[in-house]
Amino acid sequence: MSEHEQYAENLALYALDALTGEDREKLAEHLAGCPSCRLELEEFRGDMAVLALSTTGPRPPQRARQRLLEAVAQEQRRPADRSPSRQSWWGWMGWATAAAVIVFAFSLWRENLQIKETLASTAARAAQSIRELEEFRKVAAPILEPEAQRVTLVAAKTPPQPQGKAFYLKKRNSLVFLANNMPALPPQRAYELWLIPVSGNPIPAGVFKPDAHGSATLVNPPIPAGTEAKAFAITVEGEAGSPVPTSPVLMVGAGE
Amino acid sequence: MRTSKKKEERDRLSSPQRQGIPADLAIVSGLKTGDQRAMADLYDRYSSVVYAVALRVLGDTGAAEDVLQEVFLQLWRNPGAFDSARGNLGSWLAVITRNRAIDSLRKRRPETDIEDVVLSTAPDLAGEAERSRAAAKVRGILGSMAAAQRSALEMAYWEGMSHSEIAAKTGEPLGTIKTRIRAGLMALRKSFRT
Repeated sequence: MSEHEQYAENLALYALDALTGEDREKLAEHLAGCPSCRLELEEFRGDMAVLALSTTGPRPPQRARQRLLEAVAQEQRRPADRSPSRQSWWGWMGWATAAAVIVFAFSLWRENLQIKETLASTAARAAQSIRELEEFRKVAAPILEPEAQRVTLVAAKTPPQPQGKAFYLKKRNSLVFLANNMPALPPQRAYELWLIPVSGNPIPAGVFKPDAHGSATLVNPPIPAGTEAKAFAITVEGEAGSPVPTSPVLMVGAGE
Repeated sequence: MRTSKKKEERDRLSSPQRQGIPADLAIVSGLKTGDQRAMADLYDRYSSVVYAVALRVLGDTGAAEDVLQEVFLQLWRNPGAFDSARGNLGSWLAVITRNRAIDSLRKRRPETDIEDVVLSTAPDLAGEAERSRAAAKVRGILGSMAAAQRSALEMAYWEGMSHSEIAAKTGEPLGTIKTRIRAGLMALRKSFRT
């Protein structure tokens, strides 16, 4: 048995926290540098969730809900959670001082920036822009060019799964969407991408049909400027698209 | 026909079309912004799964309630620990709960950080009906396993015993225990994904 196979043998025990001592330490080290073993570990954890299903029992007592929500209300995880009335005068002094320092630092920074901008020549800025554009073209070409070869690596023996990647830059109102392994659709049907805003209804973000290889690309579909995206989703609609989703969500993903 | 039924069930349990996923995304998104209503939604959706797993491990309602509290508060404090791109929220909570309950049972410090617990797609545990159907199926698979295999798997999973402890208790070689546990988990996987 090879060293790698030996590690693979121990993965199930590792997932269960049933591996101890030196074996555990060695496997933890191996996992740090072995993506295929990490994937297999995730599979075993998925199996653990399946095993959790074998148990059912009474619902938790009603007081547990109340207890949890009271604990959450008392936690001051974020500034937004804090009640102003509970802050001391000294607390406000601290914040006020910090704010004053920030404002002062900001004004110095702006002044400095203005001086620098005056000194910088237009030619230098233009040269920089050209370099940035060239750099962007180099990076974007393999993603956007239709003839580019696209390869997605997955665990061996795993059938390719439909996958979509959305790159959204709110400040530039720019969206690039790449899809792979999309199943072919019947005639007169197409996939529609939806931007799901933080509040309000899903916004249409382009209609696409995958090519013979199941790939598709959307570049800068019209989207209302400044829309904050909570998630993106895909449904199947008519070829011309639909203003609202009319079928179940097929794929969905939220940003980090 | 049988294959088609199997496929239907697999799609219902494992595909991205699960109706539960958008609701999970909304909950996690709410937790990330500190919205306490999202916490109430999370509790209403998954407390029965979390409590059932904790109670099965610990066998004590008070201790199970403490683990439930701890698991939900951990996610409240660190909602980024759950990666919505990998696995689903109910399955992730079930695994986190099992691990925390075992740590509590064995009176040891947590072995694994919750951020490090990533799992591949697993059954959606959001709906009572889906859960009952899948529970019956898992029990059926466990029932069809050889007694020694089921026992080794359950000792490791529900009692948190290490493979050497199981080997000592059963008198079986370490390698045999290791193989039984691994094969048991893979049998569950196969029945839900093929």
